[in-house]
Parts: sequence; C-alpha cells; structure tokens
Amino acid sequence: MISLILKRLGIGLITVLAVSIIIFFGTKILPGDAAQIRMGQSATAENIAAMRARLGLDMPYYMQYWHWLVNFLSGNLGVSLSSDVPITNLIDDRYKNTLFVSSLTAAIGVPISLMLGILAAMYPGTLYDRILTLVSVSLVAAPEFFTATLLVLLFVFALDIGNAVVVGSTEGKGFFELISHFALPITTLCFVIASQLIRMSRAAVLNVMSSPYIEMAILKGVPRKRIIFRHALLNAIGPIVNVVALNLAYLVTGVIVVEVYFGYPGLATLIVQGVQTRDFVLIQGLGMIFCLTYVILMLIADIAAFASNPRLRHPK
Amino acid sequence: MAKRRNTDEVVFEAKDLHIHAVRDDGSHLPIVKGVDFKVRRGEVVALIGESGSGKTTISLSALGYCKPGLKFAGGEALLLGEDVTSMTTEELRPLRGEQVAYLAQSAAATFNPSILINEQVTEAPILHGTKTKEEADAKALELYQALELPDPENIGSRYPHQVSGGQLQRLMAAMALCGEPDLLVLDEPTTALDVTTQIEVLKAFKTVIKQEGAAAIYVTHDLAVVAQIADHIVVLYDGEIKEAGPTEIIINNPQHPYTQRLMAAVRPMPEAGQGDVTSDAHMRKSPALEAKNISAGYGSVGGGAPKVKVLEDVNVSIERGKTVGIIGESGCGKSTLARVFAGLLPPSNGDLLLDGERLEPALADRSRDRLRKVQFVYQMADTALNPRHRIKDILGRPVEFYSDKSGAAKRERVNELLDMVELPRQFADRLPHELSGGQKQRVNLARALAADPEVVLCDEVTSALDTIVGANVIELLKTLRRDTGVSFVFISHDLSTVSSFADEIVVLYAGRVAEQGPTDTVLSPPYHPYTRLLISSVPETRIGWLEKTIETKEAMSGISGAVDLDAIGCPFFERCPMAIVGTCDVKKPPRREESPGHIIECHREISELLGG
Amino acid sequence: MKQNDHYVAPYDENVSFDELPDAAPSARFRLSVTGWIGAVIVTFWVFIAVFGPALAPYGENELPFPDDYSEFQLPRAGAWLGTDVADLDVMSRMMYGAGRTMGISFVATTLAYLIGVVLGIGAAVSSPRVDMVMSRINDAFLSLPTIMLGLVVVAAVGSSIPVLMVTAGVIYASVIFRLSRALGQEIMVMDFVEAARVRGEGRWWIIRREIWPNAAMPLMTDFGLRLIYVILFISSLSFLGLGVQPPQADWGSMVRENLGALQYGASIIPVIAPALAIATLTVGINLIVDDVSAHSGGKLSKRL
Repeated sequence: MISLILKRLGIGLITVLAVSIIIFFGTKILPGDAAQIRMGQSATAENIAAMRARLGLDMPYYMQYWHWLVNFLSGNLGVSLSSDVPITNLIDDRYKNTLFVSSLTAAIGVPISLMLGILAAMYPGTLYDRILTLVSVSLVAAPEFFTATLLVLLFVFALDIGNAVVVGSTEGKGFFELISHFALPITTLCFVIASQLIRMSRAAVLNVMSSPYIEMAILKGVPRKRIIFRHALLNAIGPIVNVVALNLAYLVTGVIVVEVYFGYPGLATLIVQGVQTRDFVLIQGLGMIFCLTYVILMLIADIAAFASNPRLRHPK
Repeated sequence: MAKRRNTDEVVFEAKDLHIHAVRDDGSHLPIVKGVDFKVRRGEVVALIGESGSGKTTISLSALGYCKPGLKFAGGEALLLGEDVTSMTTEELRPLRGEQVAYLAQSAAATFNPSILINEQVTEAPILHGTKTKEEADAKALELYQALELPDPENIGSRYPHQVSGGQLQRLMAAMALCGEPDLLVLDEPTTALDVTTQIEVLKAFKTVIKQEGAAAIYVTHDLAVVAQIADHIVVLYDGEIKEAGPTEIIINNPQHPYTQRLMAAVRPMPEAGQGDVTSDAHMRKSPALEAKNISAGYGSVGGGAPKVKVLEDVNVSIERGKTVGIIGESGCGKSTLARVFAGLLPPSNGDLLLDGERLEPALADRSRDRLRKVQFVYQMADTALNPRHRIKDILGRPVEFYSDKSGAAKRERVNELLDMVELPRQFADRLPHELSGGQKQRVNLARALAADPEVVLCDEVTSALDTIVGANVIELLKTLRRDTGVSFVFISHDLSTVSSFADEIVVLYAGRVAEQGPTDTVLSPPYHPYTRLLISSVPETRIGWLEKTIETKEAMSGISGAVDLDAIGCPFFERCPMAIVGTCDVKKPPRREESPGHIIECHREISELLGG
Repeated sequence: MKQNDHYVAPYDENVSFDELPDAAPSARFRLSVTGWIGAVIVTFWVFIAVFGPALAPYGENELPFPDDYSEFQLPRAGAWLGTDVADLDVMSRMMYGAGRTMGISFVATTLAYLIGVVLGIGAAVSSPRVDMVMSRINDAFLSLPTIMLGLVVVAAVGSSIPVLMVTAGVIYASVIFRLSRALGQEIMVMDFVEAARVRGEGRWWIIRREIWPNAAMPLMTDFGLRLIYVILFISSLSFLGLGVQPPQADWGSMVRENLGALQYGASIIPVIAPALAIATLTVGINLIVDDVSAHSGGKLSKRL
C-alpha cells in the first residue's frame, strides 16, 4: 500500500505542476501589458520598458514561469500591480476571515451532516428519511446566494437577529464573538455543504447496505445496530471520506460567493478584486493558493479511500 | 460444551407454503405455490429445480427470510415447531445462526471484506450468548481442522481476500456450523467451483454434517451432486413440487415426466467406447481448421515469448464436419485457444491453417471471406447480444455483411435461421431482454450460422444455462452439425457434456495438451493422469460414488492451487499421483502416440498408464 | 409425508415444460408526485423564457414610472413585482432574464456534451497511450475549482455572452469526458462489441451502432444534472459581477444589483425574486432527474 500512496503523491505533484502551468499561462493571455497597467496611463515608453525589465517580462516565457514558481514556493508571491503592495501583506490582512469561516463550517457542518445522512440510511423510507431527502435535494440545486437570502430573510427580517451584511472588524473579538460575527455566512455555507454531504453519505451507506455480506449478517441474526456500525460503516468510510474531502475542497470556492454576498474582506473578495483590476500577479498568487488547497484535499480523499480498503492494506 | 439440543424429530416443515412477489403497484405474482415437505433430524433434503423454480426462495423461508420484493402469502414454515413466517425480525434473531444457518452460493460475497475471518465466523454464537469467546474460538478451530483447511491455527486471522475460493467456501461452512445449528441451509455451495475442487468441498461438507448431527436443506440444480449428498429429494418446477421421495427412487425410477426429463438431461459419463459418432458425409481432404505448434500469451513479447504464457505448443486439427471438444479447468487456456483461432490474439509461435492454407494470425489482416469462415459463440448470452438491437438486426447484420443480401432476401434468410435454431419467427421483432437465457443462446448460435461458416467456436455455451435448457441446446447443436456439415469446436469444463457430443477430445492442462484423440480412445485407458483425475471428479448419479472416489488416488491429490505455466517439466507434477521425482519436474514430457491420432504427453510408459 | 413416502404430482401428458423467463418485464417509467411538481415548474419557466419578451409589460430597460423616483418600490399597479435599484420594472426584467439565463446555460451544456462525448468516447476506443494523455490533461482540468477558472477566463477576455457559453461549455466538458469515457470503456468490453470486431466491423461502425445506442440513455439522464450545475455556475459568475453585464437582465446579476434592498429598500422583492427563480428552476430540474435516475437504478453515480 505504501507504494500506492507514493504513486498517488507522485501524481498529485504532477497535477500541482500542471495546475501551476495552467494558472501561469492562463493569466499570461490576459490582454494588456502588465508594465503598462502598473505604470498607469501617463508613463513614457522608456519607463514602461524599464518597468518591464524590472518585472522580468523581457525574459522568455518558460524562464518567467520558472522564476515565478520558485518564488511562490519560497513564499514570495510578488507585488500587486494595482496597489503596489506585496501580495503577502494583502493576504495577511484577510486570510484569517476566510480561514475562520471555512474551518468553522467544516467543524460544525461535516459531523452534523454525516450523522443526519447515516441516520437516514439506517431508516430508509421513513418520514424522517423522506423529508430529509426532499430538503437536501432542494438545497443542492439552489445557488449559495439563494440560501444566503433565505437565511437573511429568516434571521434578519423575521427574527430580527444579525445583519444582512457582516459589518465591523474582527479586531479583538473572542472566539464566540467571532462566531456570532460570522454567523450568517457560516450558516449559509453549512447548509450548502450539508445538502451534498447528507445525500452522499446516505447513498454510500445504502449502497453498502445492499451488499450480499450484509444480507448474510442479517441471516446470522446480527442485531441491526451492529450491522450498521460494525459491518456497514467500515465499508462506507471510503466513499464518505471521498465526499467529505470533495466538499471541503468546494468550500474553497463556495466561500467566494458568500464573502461577496455578506461583504466582508477575505481572500475570495481579494481575488475578485484582482480580476476586476486585471492584477494578474495577484490572480496568479491567490489562484495558486486556492488550487493548491483544492488539490491537496482531493489527494487526502484518495489516500483515505486506499487506507480504508483492507484489500490494499493487506495484499495477498 | 455441546449445546443443549432440541430433541424434535422434525426439524423443519413447510405446510402449504405460499410466497408472492410484490410489485411497485402493489400487485402480487405467485412465486411459491403451495409447497409441503419435511426435514428430519440427521437428514439431508435436496431441493432441485432450474431457475425460476423457487428453490432458493423456499430455502430462505427456513430462516424466516424473504428477499426484498417478496413476502409470505400463506401457509406455514415450521422451524422446530414454530412458524417463522409470522415472526418479526427481532423474534427471528435468536433463531438465526443458532438453530438454523445459511450457506450462500458465493463465499466471496458472503464475507465482509473489512473484517477478519475469525471474527465473522465466531460472531453469531457470541452475540447470541450461547458461547463465550473462548468456546467459540475453540469450536472454530475444531471446524477448520475438520474441514481440512490449511494452517487452521492462523487462517482465521486473515482477511477474506487473502484466502482462495475453495478455502473461503469451507470457511463459510465453518461460519454456519459454529453456532451448532439444528438445520443447515446450503444454497448451491459448490456450483461456482471447479469440478476437482468441488469434490474436496463436498467431501468436507458431508463429513462435517454427519459429525454435527445436523439436518440440511441442499439447494442445487446439479442432479449428480445431489445423488451423493441427499437422503431425500424434492423436485421443483415453477414454484410447485412435481415429485418428492427417497433419493434411490427419484434417481433410479422417476415417475413424473419433468423428473424424467431432468434425469435424461444429466448425461452419464460414457463408458469406454461410447462416444457419439457422426456421419462421414462431409469429409474432405484437408481439415477445416488447424493449429500447428501454437504458443500464445499476453503481455509484451521479449525474446520470442510473451510475458504471461497461456498456451504452449498446442496442435489441434479440426476435420470438416467433425466436432472437437476442448476440455480443461479454468485457467488452462482453452478460451485463449479459441481467441487465437478467431484472430483476437495472434500466437507468438506456430501457424494456423484454414482449409489447408495459411490463416493470417491477426484479425485485421484477414479478408472478409476468411473472417466469415470462422465464427464465435459466447458463453453469456446476456453480454453477447446488444441489448438495444432487435433480433432481426442481430441476425440480419451478418447476413448483410457477408453475403450482401438486403431487403426481402435478408428477411427470408433471418426467418430461415430462426427456424434452424427452433425459435418462432415472431421473435425477430423482440429485444434480447424479452427472451429467456436458453432462447438468447439460440440466437447467439443463429448469429454464428448466419455467416454460413465452416467452423463455429463455441466457448462454454451451455455452462451458464440450466440442465434441461443446456441439454436442449446440445441436441440442437447435434442436429445442426448433421444438417449443415459445419465443424464445431466445443470448449467446456464439463467433461460429460463434451464427451457426448464430440468426435475428438483435447485435454488441456496449464496451456499444454495433456492428451488428445478420438473420444472413445481418450475416455478409455490408457489415460494421462490428469484425464483420469477429470473423469473421476465428475460426480455420477450413482449413489455412493463420492465415498468410493474419496479413497482413490485421484482425490488424494489434494487442493488445486494456482498453476505455474512457466514450470519446467510437466506442469501437472504437483498434483500427479504418478509423478516421478527427478524426471517429471525437470524434463518436458515426451509426446507418445498410443494409437493413430491418440496422443498422451507423459513421462510414464503407456503400459503404466493403463488400469486404475 | 412419511420418511419413505414417494409423492408424484398429478400431470398432464401433453403439457410441456417450457423454459421459464429469465426476468420479469421492466416496469414502465412513471413520474412520482415530486417528479410532476418538478415538471410543472420547469415547464413554467421554459414558457416564460420563450415567450417572456413578448409578454413583458415593459422593455428590459424601460422605466415604468419615468417621472417618479421609484427605487425599490413595493408592488403596485403598473409594476406588479415592484421596481428595482434602477427604477426598472422587476417583473419585466425577470421575464427577459429567464430567456437569457436559461438560454446561455442550455447552449453551454449542449456544448459541454458535444465536446465531452466526442472526446470521451474517442478516448475509450483509442490506443491506451492516446487515452492516457487525454485523461491526464482532463484530470488537470478537473482539479481546478470551476469558479476559479471562470474568473481567470473572464478576466482575460471579458464577459460577453459567447464567452460565457464557451467557458462554461469547456469547463463542464471535463466531467462529461470522464463520464462518457467510463461508459465507453464499460461497453467496449462487452462480448457483443467483441463479436462485432470478430465479424470484421470497422471502428466507426462499432462506435455508431454498438456503443452509442447503449451510451445514449445514461448520458441523457446526466444532461439534467449537468444543466443544473451550469445554471448555478453562470448565475454565480453573474452574481460576482463577472457574468452577464448590466444593463442586460440576468437573474444572477439582478441579485447582485439589488443586494442593497436588503439593507435599505422598502421592498426586498427585487433581490428575492431572481434568487427564487433560479432556485425553483434548478430544484425543479433536480426533482425530475431524481425520478429518472431512480428508475434506471441510479447506476450513473457508480460510474463516476
């Protein structure tokens, strides 16, 4: 199995490289000269040329790529074209918000959704199951901003709690104050991933439950609880972990809509800003971070799937 | 230590049992239509029937269980006096695994891949509280030894995928017996196994059942197996009992026409000198298809030999109008040989001749006319027919492709083909899923014949079919052979089927020809040791055969493991009761021609291979 | 029945014992209650998308009350859903937006299918080397979060409608590629495909007559699901300001424009209406898709 994991890591590495190439060259096709953007409208030709040299834009593309990659790996993300501030500084101000919202969503949303989904699989066809399925079906298909609107309607308008926009800074706030500060965005995201997770974990467990060895356990007189927790769950772990990692990866992007909707500063709003100002250095750096997180999470999902398969753990 | 046993005489009784299938719209479809039978302590009652007869459904009723979509609709199923049809799952729990235990057809599907074997085997009695962990472990060990499993102390600490198929089957028996049940329900437990593995497993089951003093319900469609293991037989057709009685009577003197048909369909192994003889009407000079010194395998070819060698130095000659049967167990290379003939796998060595002329080894190089002459029929009719094509298209395409017919001429030919395989002409408009298994197989045959070929390669075409259905297909093949003069290559692992139908037999073992020649001579001494093992492994409907066979040399050859085809010397060395250490394991066995056309590859002299 | 009893069922000499059919005939497809609800919703929106512009009381950018200040007005005569941030009639804009949102998404999904299926089945029938190269490229694509890709492209080339269609089409083609490749491979190893090869049929014939008829159904079932994701993708991009640009009406950008209503508007309908519209549309499609996939045994999800 170690060799399988190493192989998967290898593929992951190659994927990361491929992704970096796509991001780098993808932003290279942006029209508009970076030096020009940086200098503004009134720059002279010589200034622009000098800026180009400074930015290293006169090197052949693959050299630029190489430099960029090396810089990225050593923590230097370059300088924002629009604000002339090192990108790492910009990130520094905002990453906490994004991280906080995503990790809280994960910490709260994942366990609850899994439990709901597994419960639904344990009692399929019951009223609980049917209602849950209907609700999660609806939520999966609805866009994040719809769910956000719904929640705002519910809490802000009906119950008069909280704000439609996240206001104020997070300076000096304690843990629980932070939770209430970000309550609505977190809740929105929880709903969004919950619908996926509930559906998938239910499906994964049901799938396992229809296996012949489960029928055998029933015929041996094994009690229902034990069948689910000892016989079925073990085999459902692989697909479930897979889905959890997928959803965590999704949080990386889902966060974008939620940040924009609730209007608080975070990494996602930063990158949207970067797109609007054509600040491709920013886009490259941030994009790379987002994509890396995504790839790493998928990698974890795959490896967890291997590890939970006894055929791979103990080869013949 | 022994469980307190219930002392009832009748362990299980079905009284006018009815089971229905419930469809989505709520309507009922009767599956089991009023069945009565008893199973007494110490007795083995066999339920035999073909698919759709309801035998598995009835056997599961002994556990009070109905598969999803089915429910009990009348009558009673009395397990030790109590009616299990009306019990809830909770009430049934203490009985299952304790008083009644189930052995499924596929051991691989029965074991949870993520849990250690021992835990699964001892789970039931521990959960039911009838044994402590130590007692259960001890019982398990006792059972492993009784079932002759290798390394009994440690085999339980493995995962199911680390153990071979035959061993897993026996472990399943251990799991069922660990709770010391009064009734065992065995559902076709040896059907998926090779003939030679089947013997060991049957032997083990019979011993252990007698030892434990349990009663058993044995479900199968294989009459020969039943004759060895059952005291009482119940014959089922379409959810009803057609005949029931002691084994001797049912086997030797069946009264009901259905039972008689079943018995007729189980061909006895022909004694020496009894092979089927065909007419010489279609004889011509050169053989229709010939393989000379064929070696083939998979993987990249390095230094002339492929990475995984499957066939080595095989010579087969198929005369026009004659049938050649190719016999061997799984993995021996018989399907590979068919693929070589068809052009799907070019041989790494050797030549193919069609009608005396060299046949291009690769499919892509053959002309349409050459392709037409060699046709293929598959084992699984479900995957061999495109589910979205109507029968008339399935049959029409080869007609159109090879002989450029279209329109009315094509339709006429399709109708002719349907007549030839004894299917009604209306079937032309049907889709494959509207046909039964046997009917689909006939369409398969018709498709091969549509090309007007000279050689038809039949790859295990009856192996997936029920006994009677398969027998009908064989009869059809015989008729076709007589009427069309087509040569058949019949590949199978079932010696009795092949021997009744083939003019010539080729016995393959580990990719090499062990013995080949006219059917009569191959099936009579002298034998290659492997041939003798095969012949003696085929369960006969003769009662008491199993006991006799257990004692002979062949059965003592032990467990069949994976065969190494790169072995130097004779590949059969490990299992051969007549092996000569120092010769058989080092030198390739020579080819001996015992009589014209009859070849045996063995180090032993012909004279030594005679006799038992 | 005593131990040695021999029971023989009564029989008729002339009755033959035919082979019993293998399987019961499959049930006809029926929509469940939820499926019907979904169908009704989707039909409603399709109707609006097609006939909206003709039925709308005002033009897309026509002021219903040119002389009044009418931002975020509550529903009243002349503006049945009220007015939005730019004083325009919400209902009319919704009707125009329907066609735009649904039209773009539909075209994009169809494009994704065309590209994905052709490449996917192509990869399945090609040599292993070609297949591997194509799959690796596709995997790299798949490992990028979709909105990110969308962002970058839009940043590069602007956000006109054709760009949106092509971008969404190409991005979602990767998933379709994987799906159709898996389907193709599964069908390729069936005996009937080999039977065709042995017969001597050419590759193109095999794809057309053996593979495609069996792949079509599962792929069609997937279309609905894909459509949902594309609609969400495009509306999300619009919501971020990177999709359909004002003054053109599009549900996603309408939400964006009117977000302020939540804070200070008299009427919050301008924000809710478009969001609700998207939600009902996608949920409706989902309900239908669920029914269809339940009927076909949900085999599709196993392929991915």
